[in-house]
Amino acid sequence: MITFPSPTLPEISTFRAALMSEWTKLKSVRSTVWALILTSGFTIGLGGLFCWAYVNRPRRRGIRDVIFFDPTAQSLGGVILAMLSVGVLGVLVMSSEHTTGMIRSSLAAVPRRPVVLLAKTVVLGAITLVVCMVSCFVAFFLGQWVLSSENLDTQLSAPSVLRAVLGAGLFLTLIGLFGLAIGTVVRRTPGALATLFGIVLIYPLLAQALPDPWDDDIGKFAPLYAGQAMFAVKFDFDLLSPSEGLLVLLGWVGIWFIAAFVLLSRRDV
Amino acid sequence: MIELQGLTKRYGDTLAVDDLSFDVTAGCVTGFLGPNGAGKTTTMRMILGLDAPTKGRALVNGKPYGQHKFPLHEIGALLDAKALHGGRRAFDHLLCLAQSNGIGRKRVTEVLEIVGLTEVARKRAGLFSLGMGQRLGIAAALLGNPGILMFDEPVNGLDPEGIVWIRNLLRWLAAEGRTIFISSHLMTEMAMTADRLIVVGRGRLIADATVEEFTSRGQRWVSVTSPGAAELAVALERIGATVSIDGATLEVRGLTAVEIGDIALERQVAIHGLAEQRSTLEEVYFGMTDDSVQFHGHLTRAPQIEQVPA
Repeated sequence: MITFPSPTLPEISTFRAALMSEWTKLKSVRSTVWALILTSGFTIGLGGLFCWAYVNRPRRRGIRDVIFFDPTAQSLGGVILAMLSVGVLGVLVMSSEHTTGMIRSSLAAVPRRPVVLLAKTVVLGAITLVVCMVSCFVAFFLGQWVLSSENLDTQLSAPSVLRAVLGAGLFLTLIGLFGLAIGTVVRRTPGALATLFGIVLIYPLLAQALPDPWDDDIGKFAPLYAGQAMFAVKFDFDLLSPSEGLLVLLGWVGIWFIAAFVLLSRRDV
Repeated sequence: MIELQGLTKRYGDTLAVDDLSFDVTAGCVTGFLGPNGAGKTTTMRMILGLDAPTKGRALVNGKPYGQHKFPLHEIGALLDAKALHGGRRAFDHLLCLAQSNGIGRKRVTEVLEIVGLTEVARKRAGLFSLGMGQRLGIAAALLGNPGILMFDEPVNGLDPEGIVWIRNLLRWLAAEGRTIFISSHLMTEMAMTADRLIVVGRGRLIADATVEEFTSRGQRWVSVTSPGAAELAVALERIGATVSIDGATLEVRGLTAVEIGDIALERQVAIHGLAEQRSTLEEVYFGMTDDSVQFHGHLTRAPQIEQVPA
């Protein structure tokens, strides 16, 4: 009888192998590629559009148009829509595996399940950080160029402006990772998207239904307002400080990630 | 080699797999047989670490599956041809699995060649027919060139051409000295490919034996057609044979065809047909699993074959 030789294993580390695999997965599916393109398109396109609209506003209120105007926030207005597409991207990175059945092939290939989630987190985090940061800076410069026709523009060197642009890019990246954690916990795409949109969009609306001052006290801990605190330049009493906003958002993402790692390791797939 | 040690899986009140212990020995084809719902798939999922056992454990090459650094080099499995993202091209599907185990593009091209999917490698896997999906699943199982292959019902739903293809592939893989563990609910399919058979019913081990041992468990009898059936039956019974009559046909146990022919000549009874019969593997299998079939159809109840000591 012929004896089959025992395998010679590759030298590469399990984690590096998983990273390469996740990168291939991310770029070989149309939906994830589209979600990235849309995120960038919304951030830049809508930011430019909002600035153009402001320059061409039909009703002018003199000096008040300048004092209460936040040119940085105006150029980053697209972030609110971009957060939905980047959130969808994050959800799909894991939920599409569960919804299609790919997860069984993936986990049979990499049975150390935390490695799979960690690799997804690193690949998704890296690509969204690059795309979202670049998009936010492009949106900022495009917006300021549009606003400069009426001298409403600001500069990166002005107080808090650089922090706001960086904050917007970081906010989008964290929403993407938030989506990944939710997708891992909820598993199926429809439920995961509903959960993400519920927390990001519906929570602030529900908080508004509470009487003052509870509406703001509770509402400002919503990921949406915590994020807005990160990219606001003008001070707003109803928002947290930028670093508090970042911490609150990190808290949201962190708690869901803990649940994601625990559940992924325990569940049958 | 795959070793199961008291493997058990409970879902709520039902025991899907009940204290299953057996070894899938290296270098031969082991068939895993049982009616639908007998726990074959659940057992295979536990071997791959997709489901956690309630009790017991499964070892692949001496270690639990999850402790292998790159398991695709140890064991290749096809449990379900739909375990893929339909939006991904066949090549990319294989590439992402290959990369996760440190396997390069060259091997992806090779396995596509082996299963004959080279021409559709750039097509999205969701557009594949069942047969093509099955081939893609087998390509994935072959990526790490593993010494063990495990397939769950690989011929299910395939057209005759696909079935022949899988059979030949299994023979070729076995000839290379690989360990092959393959499940089916069809004994006829297994009889053609397997060296050893493990039979389960309701999650329990019913039999673990070589194909020859199974065959020897069956009954032998001689069927005789004769216009003087009744007279012949009396004569045969007188010398100790067990005979059952159905019109002009007798089923005789305890005598050989030669002995029956001689007696008929002696008695001057004409013989129109005389043939030695033995129960097929399928009948032996039905006899073993009949009690454990979960979903009986009313019209197609499996024939009950009594076990006669050899």
